[in-house]
Amino acid sequence: MIEHAADMIVHGEAWTIKELFVLPNEYIYWSIQIVMYPFMTGLVAGAFVLSSLYHVFHVEKLKEIAKFSLVFSFALLPVAMMPLLLHLQQPFRGINVMMTPHFTSAIAAFGIVFTTYACIVATELWFVYRVYFVRQVEKIRSQELKSVFDIGRLALFTALTLGAMDTSKEAQVKDHKACSTMAAIGIPVACFLHGYAGFIFGSVKANALWMTPLMPVIFICSAVVSGIALCILCYVITQEIRKFMAKRKMARWADDPGAPTVEQLEGAKQEEVSMVSNYLLYFMIAAVTLEILDMIFRGYTQVKSWDILREVLLDRDFTKIFILQYGLGNVVPFLMMILPGRNVRRTTIACALVLFGVFMMRWNVVIGGQAFSLSFAGFMHYHLPIIPHDAETFKEGFFGALTVMVTPFVLFYFINKIMPAFHKDEDVVH
Amino acid sequence: MKNHVWRPLFAVLALVVGILVFRLFYVPSDFGSGERGFMYSYHRLSNEEEWKAQPVKYSDTGKTNMHEFCGECHSDVVEIRTEDLHGTIACENCHGPAFDHPEDPETLVIDRGRDVCLRCHTDLPYTTSERKRIPGIDPKEHNVDDMCVDCHDPHNPRLEEM
Amino acid sequence: MERRDFLKNSIMIVAGASVPLSALEFVDPKEVLAANLDIHWAFLLNTHKCVGCGFCVKACKTENDIPFNAKVTRTWVERYVYTKDDRRYIDSPDGALNGYTESRIDLGQGNFQEIDPNNVGKAFFVPKLCNHCETPPCTQVCPVGATYKTDDGVVLVDKEWCIGCGYCIMACPYGARFFHPTDHVADKCTFCYHRITKGLETACVNACPFGARKMLNIKDINDPNTQIILNERVGVLKDEFGTRPQAFYIGLAQEVR
Repeated sequence: MIEHAADMIVHGEAWTIKELFVLPNEYIYWSIQIVMYPFMTGLVAGAFVLSSLYHVFHVEKLKEIAKFSLVFSFALLPVAMMPLLLHLQQPFRGINVMMTPHFTSAIAAFGIVFTTYACIVATELWFVYRVYFVRQVEKIRSQELKSVFDIGRLALFTALTLGAMDTSKEAQVKDHKACSTMAAIGIPVACFLHGYAGFIFGSVKANALWMTPLMPVIFICSAVVSGIALCILCYVITQEIRKFMAKRKMARWADDPGAPTVEQLEGAKQEEVSMVSNYLLYFMIAAVTLEILDMIFRGYTQVKSWDILREVLLDRDFTKIFILQYGLGNVVPFLMMILPGRNVRRTTIACALVLFGVFMMRWNVVIGGQAFSLSFAGFMHYHLPIIPHDAETFKEGFFGALTVMVTPFVLFYFINKIMPAFHKDEDVVH
Repeated sequence: MKNHVWRPLFAVLALVVGILVFRLFYVPSDFGSGERGFMYSYHRLSNEEEWKAQPVKYSDTGKTNMHEFCGECHSDVVEIRTEDLHGTIACENCHGPAFDHPEDPETLVIDRGRDVCLRCHTDLPYTTSERKRIPGIDPKEHNVDDMCVDCHDPHNPRLEEM
Repeated sequence: MERRDFLKNSIMIVAGASVPLSALEFVDPKEVLAANLDIHWAFLLNTHKCVGCGFCVKACKTENDIPFNAKVTRTWVERYVYTKDDRRYIDSPDGALNGYTESRIDLGQGNFQEIDPNNVGKAFFVPKLCNHCETPPCTQVCPVGATYKTDDGVVLVDKEWCIGCGYCIMACPYGARFFHPTDHVADKCTFCYHRITKGLETACVNACPFGARKMLNIKDINDPNTQIILNERVGVLKDEFGTRPQAFYIGLAQEVR
């Protein structure tokens, strides 16, 4: 007897609407969190590459933003993993990826590449901040009265020095050299970390939209674009906050005469932003060229899947792809940055648009790739769950994505307490 | 080594050793590859036995020895069926899965609904399909309020014997 | 290794020899075959014989505990209707769990298309299930080794080890995989592994009154169904993906993907 009980909602059904003939088991299984995942790893990789430009290629002008983006990239690291954990149906088994990695799967590399990358960033940070840690230890030790908080800090900083208390000139030179080496190793690893995120999609032969060898390269380029854009944006915002505090003589501006003045802050901001935005432009040109090449190639070769792809790309998702992604996310900011009279404010707005454009690109790849049925005879529409009515619609809905978006800033706030991103280390030889 | 530059490396090595030791306890000992190599058959080997141990619900012996299991006790009905039109339908399609019948469950729940018959006997205008060879009715017209089994004998459905 | 093989072979010979001697109560020849490693399970589907009754879907869901009211299924039946003015309609409401009891076509989103019976050209039904590919992309992409192909050719999922990432679902070109509504792990057709290893047929083969579905050991050339594959013209779905499917079809059309 067939029971006509209330329908059991299967994973994916809550946000998938099927049109025409779609196979019974097809749903949009990879939703907003899988859009967030390459977006966030992209930001990590991009921020790291930006910081490496200073450490490896010694672009002196980037000194301040490099330090900031390195710390920020560390804050972004755990967040690259978060969307995956929120997406997994069995999040507590996530550790299996590290325990029994099946290396023929692109995802299996995640645990190992990710951990390697985390170690590299942490090591680089250690070389940058070691002397600072030692100074903190010395400072707290020299204090007469120690509160419980101080004792905790002392223990933390002592542990962070890893027992290397030597702050002689020779030792600092070694730190600096090692730091450059780590940054140099880090660039290919960062590219690999993100390139393979592109490989995860590009190697799915069942999916007509995803399967292209260009995917990893496209992902790396757009990752660098988004990472740089986010760093500029955050840098400008933090500089503005610091200017505001300097004007009001808040925090360290109240008692520290050596703190940077409003003019110094503004000057530094101008210089760094104009420098970095040129790099942003180069990578943006590369990313868009490859994406357009991919699309032209599909249209020209017209293999079996083209009929349905054309309908998705040029008709159903036209607004999302050509207006929001390419128009608002690429062309507008591109013009804003190349037209004469570029200033910090215009660049900042352009960066916000670029970030949006890269997000839309991830969206159009991940969701767009599932917008048509494997039967090539039907379509699926994605409806992002906004108001959660159970754990699943929270995790894979608007608020889940928002949680992922906000976490790096919360983490940055705390990490910044231990490794101040804007600390000027007077005695370090650079 | 006096050089402090190597200290992070030691920390990382300690981490790696930690993970490997944890892995030793965490991963089932029978994890390995089957005949088809690492790419297609890397798995927990005992899982195959777990699948094999899943209980069987439909107990009849299948196409090769049609109705053998059911015929052991219900030979009178089964005899009519095998020589008749509905002989190709497995008993359990309508009578439900037998499990360990007659011990558990003692009686089976028989599906007597119209839905069961309509699966094949709804008239569909598909002349090129085998479906057309089966007598069909329009379920919205044909004795809508009655059960099929009220008039037709599902075991011996020939209309002339109604 | 050699010694193990020798032991295995001797068991086979002893078991085989005992068949005619014993009263078939102790050793069922099918069970001997099931224990023989020289087995490669495959499937044969005849679209000419299928009438779309959906008994296979019902039996599969019952046998394998896939809730009836969950809109996922390990096996399903598709309906193809071509009109005389060359329009093509495909549907599979609820995967044909309740068969096809209406002539109108389900277009999704609550829309239906009535087709004039006089305008119907050819129409047929296609049963589908996991193809248990020889080179399955789903097991290739599993990051943790939770899905695999057994030595006798069946693709299974380890429910205890699956992390539920969905990569296998994405990698399958046939839409054979889904997330189990209550176990929350990837799920798929197992060829009723618990039945075929006991010498029984799969639940769907058992339930099909028309012989549209057949199970076979493709390594046994005396198997009548293997003979059909050897002698008839059979096709497979989406061979362009290089997956080498082990579900063979008689009577495919190019619209069947």
